Amino acid sequence: MLQGIPFRPEQASTIARGVDHLYYFLTAIDLFFTAVIFLTIFYFALRYRRRSEQDRATRIEGNIPLEIMWTAIPLGLVIIVFLWGTNLFIQNSRPPAAATEIFVVGKQWMWKIQHPEGLMEINELHVPVNRPIKLTMTSEDVIHDFSIPAFRVKKDVVPGMYTTLWFQATQTGKFHLFCDQYCGTNHALMKGYVMVMEPIEYEQWVSGGVRGESMAQAGAKLYDQLACITCHGTGKAPPLLGIYGKRVNLSDGTTVVADDAYLRESIIYPSAKIVAGFPPIMPTYKGQVTEEQLLQLIAYIKSLSREEGKAPK
Amino acid sequence: MATAAAPADLDTRVHYLNADYGIKSWLLTTDHKRIAILYLVAITFFFLLGGIAAVLIRINLIQPNGALVEPAAYNKLFSMHGIIMIFLFLIPSIPAVLGNFLVPMMIGARDLAFPRLNLLSWYLLMAGGILILYAVIWGGVDTGWTFYTPLSTTYLNTNVMSAALGVFVAGFSSILTGLNFIVTIHKMRAPGMTWFRMPLFLWAIYATSIIQILGTPVLAITLVLVALERLFHVGVFDPAVGGDPILFQHLFWFYSHPAVYIMILPSMGVMSELVTCFARKRIFGYSFVAFSSVAIAVISFLVWGHHMYVSGQSIYASIIFSALSFAVAIPSAIKVFNWTATLYKGSVSYQAPMLYALGFIGLFTMGGLTGLFLATLAVDGHVHDTYFVVGHFHYIMVGGALMGYLGGIHFWWPKITGRLYPDGWARLAAAIIFIGFNLTFFPQYMLGYLGMPRRYAIYPPEFQVLNVMSSAGASVLAVGYLIPLIYLIWSMRYGPVAGPNPWGAKGLEWETASPPITENFEHTPVVTEEAYAYDE
Repeated sequence: MLQGIPFRPEQASTIARGVDHLYYFLTAIDLFFTAVIFLTIFYFALRYRRRSEQDRATRIEGNIPLEIMWTAIPLGLVIIVFLWGTNLFIQNSRPPAAATEIFVVGKQWMWKIQHPEGLMEINELHVPVNRPIKLTMTSEDVIHDFSIPAFRVKKDVVPGMYTTLWFQATQTGKFHLFCDQYCGTNHALMKGYVMVMEPIEYEQWVSGGVRGESMAQAGAKLYDQLACITCHGTGKAPPLLGIYGKRVNLSDGTTVVADDAYLRESIIYPSAKIVAGFPPIMPTYKGQVTEEQLLQLIAYIKSLSREEGKAPK
Repeated sequence: MATAAAPADLDTRVHYLNADYGIKSWLLTTDHKRIAILYLVAITFFFLLGGIAAVLIRINLIQPNGALVEPAAYNKLFSMHGIIMIFLFLIPSIPAVLGNFLVPMMIGARDLAFPRLNLLSWYLLMAGGILILYAVIWGGVDTGWTFYTPLSTTYLNTNVMSAALGVFVAGFSSILTGLNFIVTIHKMRAPGMTWFRMPLFLWAIYATSIIQILGTPVLAITLVLVALERLFHVGVFDPAVGGDPILFQHLFWFYSHPAVYIMILPSMGVMSELVTCFARKRIFGYSFVAFSSVAIAVISFLVWGHHMYVSGQSIYASIIFSALSFAVAIPSAIKVFNWTATLYKGSVSYQAPMLYALGFIGLFTMGGLTGLFLATLAVDGHVHDTYFVVGHFHYIMVGGALMGYLGGIHFWWPKITGRLYPDGWARLAAAIIFIGFNLTFFPQYMLGYLGMPRRYAIYPPEFQVLNVMSSAGASVLAVGYLIPLIYLIWSMRYGPVAGPNPWGAKGLEWETASPPITENFEHTPVVTEEAYAYDE
């Protein structure tokens, strides 16, 4: 029967091994203290059991050195665990600069995934092995959570903001993808698979898939359709060329880095942060663009920075 | 067993149970002991309802595609289980039943400071309970006990409003009970009952009361905001109208993490009473145990963000919450070590309450230690929102809080009813519960590490074996809970007369008759010794 019980999920990412080592360390601490408490209780229970009604306990009110010892030892151990866990967490929170970006939009009850080349897929995420992948995620409705147990990563997917997750798969195969944050009736059905492929297979899959335009191209089209150029191309509004990742001066004297979250906010709530030197004339595009389209617009603005103004057509 | 003369023995004198008769004498009573009984009856009923939901959940999970119900119904079952067990059973359990009965008796007072407020507290719990039951029957509620936004405010069409209102109303029961205890402990201690002569149960109840008074209003405010958002779309939590869903989580956990300590601290207080009595020994390190209760109460307010490591909150906030969460482990560890050390050179006997106490120490240790995994940022990033969390908090709330409650009920039952239950059956039940509990919840740690998400009506087939083990364990556990229900009810009529102090315990409550007279004591007692002077 025990053969039917797996004890460890597959270790399929660069993050998994480090998390497991700390998990084993914590398990060892747990077993040690559980054994100490259980054995001590069993020993005392037998050794000091009441043998007759005349039995008297020895008067002991406490022992300060003991109190200090069993405060200090657990304290020392939890400090070690805290430092170890925090250090690992900070490492695991920082995607490498070279990571390929893939975009995830959660909605009740499916995962919509967009590759930068324009490929879209639902409830499946194809990635190449041994390459860092960064997911930029948001939700159309309620809070979801994108979880890949074999990679030991998960992050909530929250409406109204971008969260990010990164991993680097270390073996090819098919791994579970779960929604871990309860999201309504069919929460348990909001799951799928991560398909990790050899880079060559992945290239074939990308080129063989039903592909429309790339995300940046789709964004450029939207940029035209929404007539963004009438202001952003004429000096009435801040030019977008090369803006991505730069620091922007705001009218209230503060500055902000033009990242995904800032660009998203500026499209949906233009009056939230006004760029210094420009009048607050931009209308809101809330309700007019979907989360996917927002990601495409941001991809386009990003491409403007990379290609120094060459419109990607 | 019971002697034929037994009923006569108890009825020849007047005590709080026979001082008055009739339904009115119970429903309008201001006697803290009778109100404790009202709570006992009510929360036992709620426990059975929550338990039925748990049984259905475990049956459904026997098969990967759901053995019993559709996902929509499953979601209502786990929501009902959580809301009833937390707000209608665990939060009131020890404070409202044992606290009500014992706080005045342990300090040598006649009643609580505000007897009528005490009765009002019970009616508020009933009103909250009725609203929650109405929600469950009328349309159901599928928010989970956590009411996360914007799911609860915008996306669910079930009876969220009644359930939220029920929790809101029940919260005031908790606030007023806490207020009553704090005032009583400050103002009504008998002559000689100094703070450091108080039984540690009272320190624990006092610390719990502080949390109830400071934390519960935040829950009430949060639920009002949820209601406003649902009715008028004010845009506090819903990003579609400019709100912040993460704000809800901050507010919710600001109450709901300390609420865990509302559930576990009173059990820790019960432990100190049981371990000393059955070891016939003073508590080891009285002041360390006492102040660790206060430390837990204070730190518990500063750790709520550990529920939100993966929510998208700032990683710097997560780091600080992680450090504080580890800090709360220390006073808990101090308590466990001190209870264990209390056995050293004691004269230890093993009646049923002591078995529950030892079971508590074991299960609480395992639950507390697995909490370290969840406080650890990198590890939580894997096991968050999985069955690991479900296993962990059941070890604390069922293995800890509920074991403590049952231990306390068994310990003070002779005082409350004047009669003894059959100790053999009680010890058997304690053993069955301990074993059934581990069979049920240990596999859930393994499921969580493997990655099975919580609140899943349907799951991948490779998780089935562990789920079947857990469900099998739950059936053992259910038997364990039904046995005490039977023999305790039996004992009320047929149990042998207990006498004032069947355990040879110290403490003022044992110096008066069982059951006590309505006034508790014939004369106001004068305290001349420290608590747990078993070696005098």
